[in-house]
Amino acid sequence: MSGNEIVTDVVVIGAGPCGLFAAFELGLLDLKCHFIDILDRPGGQCAELYPEKPIYDIPGFPVVTGQQLTDNLMAQIAPFSPEFHFNRMVTTIEKQADGSFRLATDAEEVFLTKVVVIAAGGGSFQPKRPPVDGIEAYENKSVFYSVRKMDDFRDQDVVIVGGGDSALDWTLNLEPITRSLTLVHRRDAFKAAPASVNKMRELVVDGKINFQLGQIGRLEGEDGQLNHVHLATDAGDLAIPATRLLPFFGLTMKLGPVADWGLELNDNTIVVDTEKFETSVPGIFAIGDINWYPGKLKLILSGFHEAALMAQAAKKIVSPDERVVFQYTTSSTKLQKKLGVAG
Amino acid sequence: MKIIVTDQEGTEHELEGLEGWRVMEVIRDWGLNIKAECGGGLSCATCHVYVDKDWLDVVGAPSDEEEDMLDSVGDVRSNSRLSCQILMSDALDGLRLTLARSAAKDDAVA
Repeated sequence: MSGNEIVTDVVVIGAGPCGLFAAFELGLLDLKCHFIDILDRPGGQCAELYPEKPIYDIPGFPVVTGQQLTDNLMAQIAPFSPEFHFNRMVTTIEKQADGSFRLATDAEEVFLTKVVVIAAGGGSFQPKRPPVDGIEAYENKSVFYSVRKMDDFRDQDVVIVGGGDSALDWTLNLEPITRSLTLVHRRDAFKAAPASVNKMRELVVDGKINFQLGQIGRLEGEDGQLNHVHLATDAGDLAIPATRLLPFFGLTMKLGPVADWGLELNDNTIVVDTEKFETSVPGIFAIGDINWYPGKLKLILSGFHEAALMAQAAKKIVSPDERVVFQYTTSSTKLQKKLGVAG
Repeated sequence: MKIIVTDQEGTEHELEGLEGWRVMEVIRDWGLNIKAECGGGLSCATCHVYVDKDWLDVVGAPSDEEEDMLDSVGDVRSNSRLSCQILMSDALDGLRLTLARSAAKDDAVA
């Protein structure tokens, strides 16, 4: 167990813009941060939803894209060397007898931390479930939203649905090992990389896979084992023999385990005060889109402000006996040294 | 000006809209079951609606970018639109539409 146990001052759940900036404010106060995020990279919604979209309301930046903002924040917090744990989700938070917290992730790690900052935006990104009746009964048995083990698809009749890179990549990767493979998409146009689309079309011409226009209509099978996917097509219902279904409709946000942590909630957001942005559990803070207080605006700039005030309160928890002097980065050589810019 | 929205349960709602608002914003502000998670950025498809056939010509066709986003829902029809891409105006007073199942707030796995 000890190999997977990480001891730190602060765990920040969510590496979106507000979480990232929290590492800056916490770093100025000498607090060490570990990030946990379900995505495979920093940026949160900025990276997943709109990396290329311009944002116009970040103070000081007339226009900046989600990716540029993320890159800038990463550069800004680099002097504090925060550590990132991607592709995992916090499953439980337990308060210890000494007031610290024990966090567990679905990657079997344990974090022991004095402060928890929830900066999880709209929750964790999870696969979108297609609007098909009864699909839940098949999930993780014959319907999968990702490929964990290729062998699960060996010698199976596989139906892949979608027109993006995930759908196309897995079509190409799984084709050699499946018994049959059908790619289903609602139109004959793809958002995926053109090279992948071309390869897919070659496989169709060679008779190695099928491409079918349509959408999932209904599923047929029993006890979670699929035997046919019925497609809704322009020509009506089309049944395709299928023992595995892989729908790829992208990700959507869901509050997830946060709902089970015993925090006071208000319509899927976490209630905080506006002095410290602390939740109903002392030592657990919430900043950014995931929190709620009277007058709350879901703006990145609000999250930055919340991060700064939260950090002051977090410092008092981690170092209760230390006298903290409020300083500016423009004039404090102490802060400048931390940032690595002191002359 | 008003829009008439049928929700996923089949209940009809008459909603007051304001000139220049996105239809998505009207639906969301009235508290109907619409996720609209990217907030109007044409970066998700969780404000997916079906436009009443009589209104299709007035509302117009989706842009290429909107068509691309519609690839991320599994219940596209010929009258599918993302409601964040429809702006309220006098011409749309009385617009009728239906919320798609894929716009509902609980469409994530696990």
